[in-house]
Amino acid sequence: MTRRRYIEEKLRAVDAKIGDTIRIIKDGKGMEGVLMPHHEFSGDDIVTIKLENGYNIGVAVDRNTDIVLIKKQKMGIRKTKKIPFDPNKPTISIIGTGGTIACYVDYRTGAVHPATSAEELAFSVPEIFEICNVRAHVAFQMFSEDIDVSHWKKLARYVAKELNNGVHGVIIPHGTDTMGYTSAALSFMLRNLSGPVVLVGAQRSSDRPSSDAAQNLTAAATVASKSDIGEVVVVMHGDISDTFSTIHRGTKVRKFHTSRRDAFKTVNDIPLGKIEDGKIMFNVEYRKKTDGKVLVDDKMEEDVGIVYSYPGLRPEDIPEKKGVVLVGTGLGHVPNRVIPKIKQLIDNGSIIVMTSQCIFGRINMHVYSNGRDLIKAGVISGEDMLHETAFVKLMWALAHGKNREEIERLMKTNIAGEITERTRADTFI
Amino acid sequence: MDYRKIGFKAGLEIHQQLDTNKLFCQCPSKITEDIDYSFTRFLRPTQSEMGDIDQAAVEEAKKNRCFLYTASNQSTCLVEADEEPPHHANKEAINTCLTIAILLNAKPIDEIHFMRKIVIDGSNTSGFQRTALIAINGKIDNVKIQTIALEEDAARKIKEKNKTVNYGLDRLGIPLIEIATSADIKNPEHARKTAEKIGLLLQSTKKVKKGLGTIRQDLNISIQGGARVEIKGIQSLSSISKVAENETKRQMGLIEIKKILKHRIKKGDLENIKHIDLTNTLRKSNSNIIKKLLKNNASCIKAIKLPGFHGLLKQRDTRLGRELAVYARISTDIGGIIHSDELPGYGINEKEKKEIEKILGNKENDAFVIAIGKETTVNNALQAVIKRAKMFLDGVPEEVRRALPDDTTEYMRPLPGAARMYPETDVPPIRITPHHIQWIKKHLPEKIEEKHKRFIKQYNLNEEQTKQIISSGQDDNFEKLAKQFPNLKKVILRTLLNTLPELEKEGIKTENIDNNMLNQVFYALEEEKYAKEAIPKILKYLAQHRQTTIDKAIEACGLKKLSQTEITQIIKKIVDEKKEFIAERGKDSLGPLMGIAMKELRGKADGKIISKILQKEIEKTIISS
Repeated sequence: MTRRRYIEEKLRAVDAKIGDTIRIIKDGKGMEGVLMPHHEFSGDDIVTIKLENGYNIGVAVDRNTDIVLIKKQKMGIRKTKKIPFDPNKPTISIIGTGGTIACYVDYRTGAVHPATSAEELAFSVPEIFEICNVRAHVAFQMFSEDIDVSHWKKLARYVAKELNNGVHGVIIPHGTDTMGYTSAALSFMLRNLSGPVVLVGAQRSSDRPSSDAAQNLTAAATVASKSDIGEVVVVMHGDISDTFSTIHRGTKVRKFHTSRRDAFKTVNDIPLGKIEDGKIMFNVEYRKKTDGKVLVDDKMEEDVGIVYSYPGLRPEDIPEKKGVVLVGTGLGHVPNRVIPKIKQLIDNGSIIVMTSQCIFGRINMHVYSNGRDLIKAGVISGEDMLHETAFVKLMWALAHGKNREEIERLMKTNIAGEITERTRADTFI
Repeated sequence: MDYRKIGFKAGLEIHQQLDTNKLFCQCPSKITEDIDYSFTRFLRPTQSEMGDIDQAAVEEAKKNRCFLYTASNQSTCLVEADEEPPHHANKEAINTCLTIAILLNAKPIDEIHFMRKIVIDGSNTSGFQRTALIAINGKIDNVKIQTIALEEDAARKIKEKNKTVNYGLDRLGIPLIEIATSADIKNPEHARKTAEKIGLLLQSTKKVKKGLGTIRQDLNISIQGGARVEIKGIQSLSSISKVAENETKRQMGLIEIKKILKHRIKKGDLENIKHIDLTNTLRKSNSNIIKKLLKNNASCIKAIKLPGFHGLLKQRDTRLGRELAVYARISTDIGGIIHSDELPGYGINEKEKKEIEKILGNKENDAFVIAIGKETTVNNALQAVIKRAKMFLDGVPEEVRRALPDDTTEYMRPLPGAARMYPETDVPPIRITPHHIQWIKKHLPEKIEEKHKRFIKQYNLNEEQTKQIISSGQDDNFEKLAKQFPNLKKVILRTLLNTLPELEKEGIKTENIDNNMLNQVFYALEEEKYAKEAIPKILKYLAQHRQTTIDKAIEACGLKKLSQTEITQIIKKIVDEKKEFIAERGKDSLGPLMGIAMKELRGKADGKIISKILQKEIEKTIISS
């Protein structure tokens, strides 16, 4: 029997479950506390208890240790609350997907749980009800790294349904890691938007007093309920201070920092605007919301990959897929020796799009011979698109273009603000 | 006083900063006034266990203050700014705690779990303080050590203006060891001695910070018939016993006052006390305070009767008046209150006092309190005064008090309930294996008492010198140097104890003088390259010129030691010039001439040699004349 199994059975034998008070007797001395869940990085032989003074400690348990159940925990009753409704305020929908913004800690056990309903989320930031009425839904519950095309489709349909049911706007709380991919995907999938679609996240979970979730969520609610934007946008902290939030276009936004509040930046353009003290200020033109019915156009070709170029990249590192986004060096280059493979893939029907690791700036494969060889081989310029956006767009274009020419034309056409023809000088870091 | 008879009980809580890097990042634990960046934040209450959030708390948070954090790149990184998750807990800090635990005969925890203690006053950017229990059940003499915990120090409050509180981030994250004793302490002197013992033990690890603000002592006190009172922030050892004595007297005084009040009034007498407007009565008073405060047209003067309190408000040990004023100040922004036991005073005369008593209908045993200011402020202040006054009927309230510089205390807040703590999920638990404890036990520092005895014996120092060198923390340096230069023990002692601190006071960066440098300085002295009187000058030069050698320093200071012939030449010249003076004073001229000679030769020659040569030359002159 493994040590862990042995301990679990020992606990089971006295009917001690998480939350119950137990006494651990070791070397004739007893220690009493509430049984806590086992931490992933705790030792195999450790039982964690919460002492009366509030501290958790890990106690090593062996065959000479006794465990006694002192008392079973009293089950509290979770209050359920109704979300208030004010007919004078606009109504928005919150469609939950999981992520840091929707996590909270069970203070009794310390376990981190996803908020099981968007109500819980809305209630953790009650200020939101001063701005608008909220309809809460949960589309799915997952960390954003696990989200894939099927989830984008589900979300797109959810959003369309809510907007077509007459809400003023939609908020999608989302894990920050892949929020940029989802915002790009929704940008291509949703047509004729009759209201703002706002993705929002948090870099500090909402169970912390210093969480950025509250500011981000109220800013998102302001945009969703008060603006006439007809686009998919991301709203996040604009600074490390709690002063303003920034509105980013869904196809131009990227996470640039693993942990800072202001991790999200607009690339190769300036942000649409900002929210400060509850007011929205716009920097640039944006697509206005329509009156018409929101359409979902979610056909996607999933056989698409991303290849990041590096010194020593070999021909066999480029997969045989219907679409490949190359993240090349500089203006759009890859080692010369992989070009024949690229040509071969294109000749066999693959669509290959070039983007840059520089992240900032535009692809131009005319400047150096390596680039010219890539053009000759049939590589399409991704212009000033983010490679994440180009990847999503290629999935969408492959499913919408009948032939190579059409797909290439779609890739080069600005569909959802993903390509800007002019790059302003003030768009770099 | 017979402390046993009055049921005196006290426990200590000692917080000591550790001298390692910060607890959850690699920043140095350094206090600096530099400001490289700043940011502002808000903190909000979080969901309760039951998943809801208290609307009143949200309202409070909205009114709540904005926190301005100012920080230096030298002592902070993204971790302090709450922009990056904590790194692994600092190993040195944990080992120091374990060492202290072993020295205190405590039992280390098998696996350490860091917790988050919710604090939303802005002193932690995260809204919680990280803390972990390291060991339990220790003992020092007859006092039990309940817990030894390791926590992060809070940000340093710089100022508060309007609704913005400015904190410096430099102190945030400095490791703090928290040692809490049981209430086994028997009298004030015992408290001081226990704190001193723990303090020496902490110092023996050589891993604790020194200086003002690096150690904070809290005291829990109760006496029979009194209540548990927690006194925060006692800065020095000598204050501990004084604070404990004063608190004992205060509690005894309050118990006495309770008896008097019970005798004089009934509980209901303090209910429904009316606020009486005295604005018109006192408008013509000559009191400067009243004149000043009434300049604002919105101001009014109100008074309340305090039945039974006459003569009780100004007693030395209890100072009820001050207690009432603190309550008023905490609940409003009023500057203070005036009570009848301090009148006549503040320019209010006996006649006016009598008149107020008449209006309020005061009888012999009744007192009154006046408040001046905006009407709402005055009402709230008087309400707070009544609230506190009622509590005197019950004797000593359980509360948290702040230690003041004069060793008295002042009310701070009610005793907190059990802290709400939940696990710091970003920091993995730390297993303390028996093997690890073995290693700690093998590397225990020498106990201070033992070191004291050994120094006296081994280096032939006296009691006082030994105490000084150990408490200065230079004992290791002294040992190393004294072993190498046994003949220079006294010079080494003086350099470490006096010269270096004096240079530091002058603003010289003595941290630039490392052990290696001191080694060279004493080596050169032993080689008689210069005279010991020149040590301050040389150290000063070395601290200011880091890329130099001892020889260059000696030369640059013009201190090259002179040969016997050179010294004799200089002295001969002096004697020659002062021939007449010598003729006049004879041998008595030695003293004054020595002064002149030293002026010219300090550091270039040993004083004893100078004196010898000078004596000889003077004698020669006397004989030849």
